[in-house]
Amino acid sequence: MKILTGNDLKSGDVVWWTGYDWSRHVSDAAPVHDGATDVIAREIARRTVSDAYIVDAEKTDAGVLPVHIKEKIRATGPTVRVDLKLAPPDPAAGNWVI
Amino acid sequence: MYKYDNYDQEMVDTRVAEFRDQVERRIAGKLTEDQFKPLRLMNGLYLQLHAYMLRVAIPYGTLSGDQMRMLATIARKYDRDYGHFTTRQNIQYNWIKLEEAPDLLADLATVEMHAIQTSGNCIRNISSDQYAGAAADEIVDPRPYAELLRQWSSFHPEFSFLPRKFKIAVIAADEDRAAMRLHDIGIQIVEQNGEIGARFYAGGGMGRTPMIAPLIRDFVSVDELVSYSEAILRVYNRHGRRDNKYKARIKILVHEMGAEEFIRQVEEEFAHLKGENIDAPAAELERIKGYFADPAFEDGLADEIDRSDPDFAVWLDQNVHAHKQPGYAIAVISLKPVGGIPGDASSAQMDLMADLAERYSFDECRVTHSQNIVLPHVRKQDLYTLWQQLDEAGLATPNLDLVSDIIACPGLDYCSLANARSIPVAQKIAQRFSDIGRQKELGELKLKISGCINACGHHHAGHIGILGVDRRGTENYQLLLGGSGEEDVSLAKITGPGFDEDGIVDAVEKVTDVYLAQRDEGERFLDTYRRLGIDPFKEALYG
Repeated sequence: MKILTGNDLKSGDVVWWTGYDWSRHVSDAAPVHDGATDVIAREIARRTVSDAYIVDAEKTDAGVLPVHIKEKIRATGPTVRVDLKLAPPDPAAGNWVI
Repeated sequence: MYKYDNYDQEMVDTRVAEFRDQVERRIAGKLTEDQFKPLRLMNGLYLQLHAYMLRVAIPYGTLSGDQMRMLATIARKYDRDYGHFTTRQNIQYNWIKLEEAPDLLADLATVEMHAIQTSGNCIRNISSDQYAGAAADEIVDPRPYAELLRQWSSFHPEFSFLPRKFKIAVIAADEDRAAMRLHDIGIQIVEQNGEIGARFYAGGGMGRTPMIAPLIRDFVSVDELVSYSEAILRVYNRHGRRDNKYKARIKILVHEMGAEEFIRQVEEEFAHLKGENIDAPAAELERIKGYFADPAFEDGLADEIDRSDPDFAVWLDQNVHAHKQPGYAIAVISLKPVGGIPGDASSAQMDLMADLAERYSFDECRVTHSQNIVLPHVRKQDLYTLWQQLDEAGLATPNLDLVSDIIACPGLDYCSLANARSIPVAQKIAQRFSDIGRQKELGELKLKISGCINACGHHHAGHIGILGVDRRGTENYQLLLGGSGEEDVSLAKITGPGFDEDGIVDAVEKVTDVYLAQRDEGERFLDTYRRLGIDPFKEALYG
């Protein structure tokens, strides 16, 4: 599946397209289809996000997560500062390496 | 320390007001992201993996107590209560809000600091020896020359849009503590026939194509420091490649043109500039030097230190460096506790370091390119009290230049350019070698980790270097051996196929085992590697 992400213009926070709005929680992300480029153009024009792009994602036991590790870390926060995470969908995220 | 004059302050305040207007116009939709991005980058504001990241310049790594305290305030007020000291002696904040950035910069300006030219294709913050003005082995304090170049390069209209970013380091001792020859320009202040001048190296750098800067002029009078620098920049600006960002650094130009032809063109330009009168008057350099005069050292202080506390003695032997003034020492605060994040400091730790700088080090501290903090002028009789306060705050790890004193870039935990995480690997290695006795047995061992080929973690210059790569979507780590950023500068070589995150920790242990088994008396890891070559290490890793 594909999901849409960007950064909130004012705060810089990572945000995910829910189908009608943006959420800071990747678990709220909704799959996007053919109309994604229209959503990107509209949302950038609305100045809600500074940029937006589509990433590959999958449904996991913890909910929707991007496939690639970079986007996964982007979605869940630094693996080395679990205290800074936004309710991580993967409670073991901090233990991926350490 | 240098103090802003009215011109400096007005320049910074004006820039803050200008950026405030630009941010307002961006949020109001009067600027697109494409229009705004170069403007925010000129003010050190990146959009990173999780949020906006602000890089604040710390000229030649020198900070007053008030400045360090302001860095702590910014961490608390605008970020998530911490900051990250970088390999270019700067500090980065990872969670900045665009709408708050102008207020942050205004606060920063109240202590004569800014984030100008910490990004973009311009002359970046000039780095220097963290022991400047305190080390016994320096010819002079290099910072007045770095400051002169800072003033010359700030908002220099001709060099604001170079082919690529440009980094300068200035030292004034034979021992290179600033990785000088791995900079676009490396300057060593030297004395020749009783005259102080500058030895210039140009075309060094790390990144995807590491190069050691060749010597391009043995001696330039300090009266012509600026015009000779200008000559180098002009040749680079004229011929540096703008068609390919990966070949745009001056190191590629010097390499492709050849050092001899590059020198010829620089000399030609230098001769041309002699009539232009662009060098600062001698009085201006003297004015700047006045700000870097020695503090009021006390005479007659004792050199003896009570070593009866064994933990203190370990720290003393490892983290305290000789000072030029009898009765004084240079104390290094390690930001590398086992399990910690290299270079990170909480606001409380920054506040404490500010207090300690005021109380024990003539109100001065320094950031090192190894991501530690230095108190440059501490009375030896104060060292024990200082250590007790550091120890209480988790800042007394006695590991300077040992295997756990790891340089690590933010890596994939924070950086949008990274391919792999650096910090967890650094933490795992530090944990594997956590026993301080074992670390001391290994001796000086500089381990440097980068999460991508851009080499912010200086892996090319590590006795042991680690480069994180993306192998089909999985983090993989290459091991390199034999690098040095010091006066015995060399570039590390890749040993062979990479390892996963557990394998790389085992690999580091294996190469240290080879060293322990085969070292000669007094040899560091790097010395043994240079004597034996890479083969016995490869055999242990892959044999």
